Amino acid sequence: MPIRAETLKQYERHTRRKRAALFLALLVTLLSAILYMGIGSIRLSPVDILRVFFGTAEKKHVTAVMNIRLPRALAAILIGAVLASAGAVMQCVLRNPLASASTLGVSQGAAFGAALGIIVFGGGMITNSLSNNTVSVSNPYTVTLCAFVFGSISSLVVIAISRLRRGVGPGGLVLAGTALSAMFAGGSTLLQYFADDTSLGAVVFWTFGNLGNVGWKDLRFIGAVFAVCLVFYMFNRWNYNAMEAGFDTAKSLGVNAERLMLVSMAVCSLSAAAAVSFAGIISFVGLIAPHMMRYFVGNDHRYLIPGSAICGALLLLLADAAAKLIVQPVILPIGAIMSFIGGPVFLILLFRGAHRYD
Amino acid sequence: MIELKNIGFAYDKNAAPVLRGVSFRLADGQCASVLGNNGAGKSTLLKCIDRILRPQSGQVLIDGQDVFSLPANDMARQVAYVAQNARSSDLLVFDTVLLGRRPFIRWDVSEHDRQIVSALLERMKLTHLAMRPLSQLSGGEAQKVLLARALAQEPRLLLLDEPTSNLDPRNQHEVMQLVRQIAEERNICVITVLHDLNLAIRYSDRFLLLKDGGVYASGGAECMTPETIEAVYSMHVHILEHRGIPVIVPFPDVH
Repeated sequence: MPIRAETLKQYERHTRRKRAALFLALLVTLLSAILYMGIGSIRLSPVDILRVFFGTAEKKHVTAVMNIRLPRALAAILIGAVLASAGAVMQCVLRNPLASASTLGVSQGAAFGAALGIIVFGGGMITNSLSNNTVSVSNPYTVTLCAFVFGSISSLVVIAISRLRRGVGPGGLVLAGTALSAMFAGGSTLLQYFADDTSLGAVVFWTFGNLGNVGWKDLRFIGAVFAVCLVFYMFNRWNYNAMEAGFDTAKSLGVNAERLMLVSMAVCSLSAAAAVSFAGIISFVGLIAPHMMRYFVGNDHRYLIPGSAICGALLLLLADAAAKLIVQPVILPIGAIMSFIGGPVFLILLFRGAHRYD
Repeated sequence: MIELKNIGFAYDKNAAPVLRGVSFRLADGQCASVLGNNGAGKSTLLKCIDRILRPQSGQVLIDGQDVFSLPANDMARQVAYVAQNARSSDLLVFDTVLLGRRPFIRWDVSEHDRQIVSALLERMKLTHLAMRPLSQLSGGEAQKVLLARALAQEPRLLLLDEPTSNLDPRNQHEVMQLVRQIAEERNICVITVLHDLNLAIRYSDRFLLLKDGGVYASGGAECMTPETIEAVYSMHVHILEHRGIPVIVPFPDVH
């Protein structure tokens, strides 16, 4: 009996450590968000930011934070969280460490959709807002909808391929995603070739990725999407752990493995398509955030899924902070910055033996 | 009491059947070995019994109840399965065994589940490994952990696909002895696919010899004769006895 109690105590300590790691990550993300909101034409200290939230700040500060900086920070947090948690789940159900929305063609599909929306359906007038020097499309909802539809089509094709041919396997799916990406990239290029200068500018700008156009209404929507996804993922956390032990084992443990894979892929890619359609192409978050988190909490999906979400949020916040700080007052495109940072990080993870996937 | 009734399976409608009307019975607390050449359908049979593959015909009855009519979750409380080349994950040993409680978990594991796991680890002498990742364990240790995971399901029927492959001789016997003890202790049925005839004949009560997807012979030790073994494996053998232990000596060159 004492041995047994000792084991249970050890296990409880282990569980507490994992929870503490998640809590710490959350805290770091929160602090980063506060610091992040200080960056801009008016520098605000963390104290200034807190005073905004407690209602004791200057009006000028309140306007800057509530209208521009807080929505932008929340956009980074929510989009990062959606993409990263989707990446963690995709990597599990496809049993492929390279799975993510961007590697499975969702991003390129969305980019094609956006191009279609801007060029063909005339969402593309550039308005140059001087305040944050961005170009935005005149009819964002057409563009967002088109991006979402084509991002989803891309993911549905990948899922269909996995269903039609049993032999394709998880590695084949990533290749199928690459093929789809190439196809959509070609399609986008063709559309751009026939576009006028204005639309072309809008398309190119859209693909750069931009968190500045996400308004409060959009945030509520993305927030709801994230909440639904997180509940779904966490409800299945034990099933994902079972999947990690192999398809047959998962089935023998009572998991309907095929259905779980299909539904998870649908949830992941649809939510990723939704996130990307608001902010443009942001690659690598979904790919590297889960790998980074595995270093801290391992491959246990009880901790990996929330951990990846937090890590994705933090990564996107930091990337956008870098985007704002590198060439002030110009804000560099977040998609480019993320890929620029994400590539090397992924290589580092790879060379440190990113995990026993082989 | 476990009863397999007329299990038939083919990967494709047009393909040749892998299993042809396999029937078998096993009493509680007994261990059975499924024997046969590569490609005889042994692993396929185990997967069909656990509905990992869906057999086109047949039934699996546990105490008269048809388990194929049960939802996946309920079935997982009756039948447990350990795959041949289980992927080694980096979950902790404790969490791996806890995974066996998956069919009983609603939203989260309970204190009861954790108690079961720690008791099992103690029973299988794995307590000192509880906080180690599965991937860092030796083959023998890992096999025992997977066995513990299957037992955490508290099954009536335990299916083991070559549990002794990749193990050194000492671990092979340890695992087989453990399986036998557990079958008796918990009064459950165990069906094991084995390649090693000597392990099979030493540790099993019942035998199911498959040839080309059909049952060539089945029954107790009496069906393990040189003739049946020769017919199933296309290899001449002698069966000796040394200090009461049956030993099968193959003569692959004799025709």
